Amino acid sequence: MSALPAVLLAVPLLGAAALALPVFRGRSTSAYGIAVSGAALVLALVVAAVFDYRDAGRIQLGLDVPWSPGLGLRFHLGVDGISLPLVVLTALLVFLCFVHLARHRPEGGRPRALAFTLLVLEVGMIGTFLALDLLLFFVFFEVVLVPMYFVIAIWGGPARRAAAVKFILYTLLGSALLLIGLLVVWAQTGTLDIADLAARHGSGIPRTAQVLAFLAIGVGLAVKTPMWPLHTWLPDAHTEAPTVGSVLLAGVLLKMGTYGFARIAIPVLPEGAATLAPWLGAFAVVGIVYGSLACLAQRDLKRMIAYSSVGHMGFVLLGFATLTPVGMNAALFGNVAHGLITGLLFFLAGAVKERYGTADMVRMGGGMLRRLPYIGSLLTFACVASLGLPGLAGFWGEMLALLGAFRPAAALSRPLFLVFMAVGGLGTVLTAAYFLVMLSRVTHGRPTETVPAGPPLTSAEEIREVLGPGEPVEPVATGTAVAEVEEPARPTWDVTGHELAAWLPLVALTLAFGLWPKALLAVTTPAVQAVLGQGVTP
Amino acid sequence: MIQGIDYAAVAAPLVVALTAGLVLVLDATLPARPGGRRLLGGVTLAGVAAALAVVAVQAVQGVRRETFCVPASLGGGESAGSQASCSFVADRFTLVIAAVVLAAGLVVVLLSMSEVAIARTPAGEWYFLLLATLTGAVLLPASRDLIMLVVSLELVSLPVFALTALRRYDGRASEAALKLLLVSVVSTAVMLFGVSLLYGVTGSVHLDRIATFYATAHPQMPYGGAGVTTVAVVLVLAGFAFKIAAVPFHFWAGDVYRGAPVPVAALLSVISKAAGFAGLILILTVALSRQAAIWSPVIAIVAALTMTAGNVLALRQRHAVRLLAWSSVAQSGYILAPLAAFTATGRAGHTGGAVSASVAYLVFYAAMNLVAFAVVMRVSSERERNTLDDYRGMALRSPASGLALAFSLVCLAGLPPGLAGLFAKVVVFREIVAGGLGWLAVVMAVNTVVGLYYYIAWTARLFTPAEAGGRQEANAPVAVAAGIALTVTVVFSVVPQVVLSALG
Repeated sequence: MSALPAVLLAVPLLGAAALALPVFRGRSTSAYGIAVSGAALVLALVVAAVFDYRDAGRIQLGLDVPWSPGLGLRFHLGVDGISLPLVVLTALLVFLCFVHLARHRPEGGRPRALAFTLLVLEVGMIGTFLALDLLLFFVFFEVVLVPMYFVIAIWGGPARRAAAVKFILYTLLGSALLLIGLLVVWAQTGTLDIADLAARHGSGIPRTAQVLAFLAIGVGLAVKTPMWPLHTWLPDAHTEAPTVGSVLLAGVLLKMGTYGFARIAIPVLPEGAATLAPWLGAFAVVGIVYGSLACLAQRDLKRMIAYSSVGHMGFVLLGFATLTPVGMNAALFGNVAHGLITGLLFFLAGAVKERYGTADMVRMGGGMLRRLPYIGSLLTFACVASLGLPGLAGFWGEMLALLGAFRPAAALSRPLFLVFMAVGGLGTVLTAAYFLVMLSRVTHGRPTETVPAGPPLTSAEEIREVLGPGEPVEPVATGTAVAEVEEPARPTWDVTGHELAAWLPLVALTLAFGLWPKALLAVTTPAVQAVLGQGVTP
Repeated sequence: MIQGIDYAAVAAPLVVALTAGLVLVLDATLPARPGGRRLLGGVTLAGVAAALAVVAVQAVQGVRRETFCVPASLGGGESAGSQASCSFVADRFTLVIAAVVLAAGLVVVLLSMSEVAIARTPAGEWYFLLLATLTGAVLLPASRDLIMLVVSLELVSLPVFALTALRRYDGRASEAALKLLLVSVVSTAVMLFGVSLLYGVTGSVHLDRIATFYATAHPQMPYGGAGVTTVAVVLVLAGFAFKIAAVPFHFWAGDVYRGAPVPVAALLSVISKAAGFAGLILILTVALSRQAAIWSPVIAIVAALTMTAGNVLALRQRHAVRLLAWSSVAQSGYILAPLAAFTATGRAGHTGGAVSASVAYLVFYAAMNLVAFAVVMRVSSERERNTLDDYRGMALRSPASGLALAFSLVCLAGLPPGLAGLFAKVVVFREIVAGGLGWLAVVMAVNTVVGLYYYIAWTARLFTPAEAGGRQEANAPVAVAAGIALTVTVVFSVVPQVVLSALG
């Protein structure tokens, strides 16, 4: 028994509750937010420090007290090699978001309410990764919905209301299906204890029930992940959310879906997983290719990064679908790497949007490396990391997922997975393509070069050509067309100290995990082997 | 023969009924003074609180009390069992429903104090009718024979028509009262017909004797009495479907809730509904438990249709009370759903049971719905029209009311931080899934999402900045009512076990 996980949840919760006190009325909450989220980060690091890495497959720091016996609900927390990296990642990203907010007042105003919302969000996210009871997992899984809805609906972009509603309805449909799946498991086994269920490796649940439960749980999680074709809420939500919202959505919320596969769906329902894994793999690779192609077609920087998440999560799901230790490791590694890199990308996209006044790549024009050299370089770094350059964190997740698909679990059809591997490989090429196209559009070239939106009508002669000789040309129209082409004067301040403070930890970790992947794989491997156990190892 | 009456068993309804009489006498004899209305409200409140205390004491003692019993040797003929059959039983089920009704009664009385003060309403009649309804609602879960069930159900319904119409200057109220009267009278007639058929088949009015009758085969009757029983079951179901506003007898809900004074709408949505469900559960699971194969598919379909119709109709509402009306129809569907998974014998390795799940949802629902009605009551006294747009920026203008309403709406939607609603839904889902009704679970899952749309749209309005409206001074009784309901909801959220262990 250890109270540490409970304290880790209590700190942001009490921190949020304290914000309701009248002491904070009309005062800046940025220092307070940094302090509370920093305390949570320190606690997460303490958890990581006292964690016994020689026994990473075992659940440690457990806390198990009954909450509601009538529901069979227990307040059961703990960490193992699967959840530990995600807990630390969550605490880190929330902390960095508060660092970011210290200098960037939210556009919707009301910084106190935003700080409150983010801290509640942190409780839900960390709680999801710590929970070891099916119902408790579900409760925390749901906790994030309302705060994230408000983050998008109050502090988001112009189309925020619709995006927020779409987000919450879509994900609630997923969670309702997830609940049904979890209850099917409960009805078959009579227990809600995840550790206990995982140790049984599916014994006691008939095959049809396993398939049904895996389907319900899988679809529920796939909405959150998101898996093609259930991803349609994601581009809108990511585009409209404020920077901190996008960072947490991409960095942590998507991981809650994939984490559910590693924690519940695959260990508890191995036969269901083996039956449906080919479908999971197929949807995953379609997602990879679809996400990459969609990225190629985007003009909005944030929207493009959002679609790139669909592709990257496709690799994570492909890793799970192989049902091998290699694939699972790939998925868990890809999770963390995507959290770091996409978090950084959204921070950068927010900074670029702030400076240019738009995230439209066409209207931004090129030459960022000359105009804003530091931000341009960091953006290049993040994109290169995201496209999977060897030596950076993004590489290992993709490479290992493809390696896993090369040699899937014995129960699965190898030729099919070889096809998946080939399609996934094509996806890596497309991923590289869209990031390089984006970089060449935005960071390279001369700063003055602009590509106007729509057909370029810059002179009266061209307008004459379009309209034909008979039409009168109004001088006003010409003037308007020209004014659209000319960019307004742009602010030119480069990266600030606060921004560097928020970004450099992500850069450093991306480099560290890229050069030394064993640091992370050593933590996840024992846990993955314990999860797969004697079940479906090759 | 002389029947002994166990006054301890009937104490709770007796206290409420005596208070009703006292209020009527006081109203007639007291000189008309400004403080008179408040005195009557205080007496009513004290009576309801005393009855609640009686129920609490009985619950702590945990003894099953019976009275108005007929010995096995009398009446009933062949269907009489070996034991005496009692018309009034105060067991765990009775006490839980009575507690819900009386606690909700406290909140409704507090809301009434504000209504009676501002509207030109006769206070004595108002409180008398309210207490009469409460008497019926407390009596109903204790009833164990058909006649007493029907009589107490009518005692719940009849005063509500008058309560609805007491705002005589309001045309909407009169229309609502007439609508309610017509619907209710028709439903009573239908139900009486079903009840008389049941009596005709079984030769008994006591629920336990009806169950005993069906436990044995009856070769002398055509098809073993199955045909008549089916008709009777369907008629009884239809009668109750009117009371709980289940599809296809749900049309009255919107207009009646909208036209009635807000406290009466709250009463209809919680007390009258709880009473209706109590009667339905008693007839179905005590008297007709062996007929579950006939009625459980009907219940499943009605539940699915009710939740869908309620949610879809609520989507387009602009008026706060109308929205709550349709939302309460949808919630009726959720309460009905677990009954579809009822089996007479119970499942192996499963302790909960369909009835517990249904009642648990009812209890959670009562608490969170009353919070919403209390806040709506407060707004309705400031803003005549009471549309959803009148709630814009409420969480910023008056944070206490705004946050309370937001919390109750999130509870009704079933999302954290409204854990009470989430746990309630989990209880129901668990029962349905364990009962193997996968399709109903999926329908309910989709309905949860549809429901979220209008709850979250309303909640979002509370936090949208708006031009500063006139702040009204806090209305003390309404604030107390909202406070009680909110406290109970928060307790249910943190410790759901309170409800679940009360149901056993």
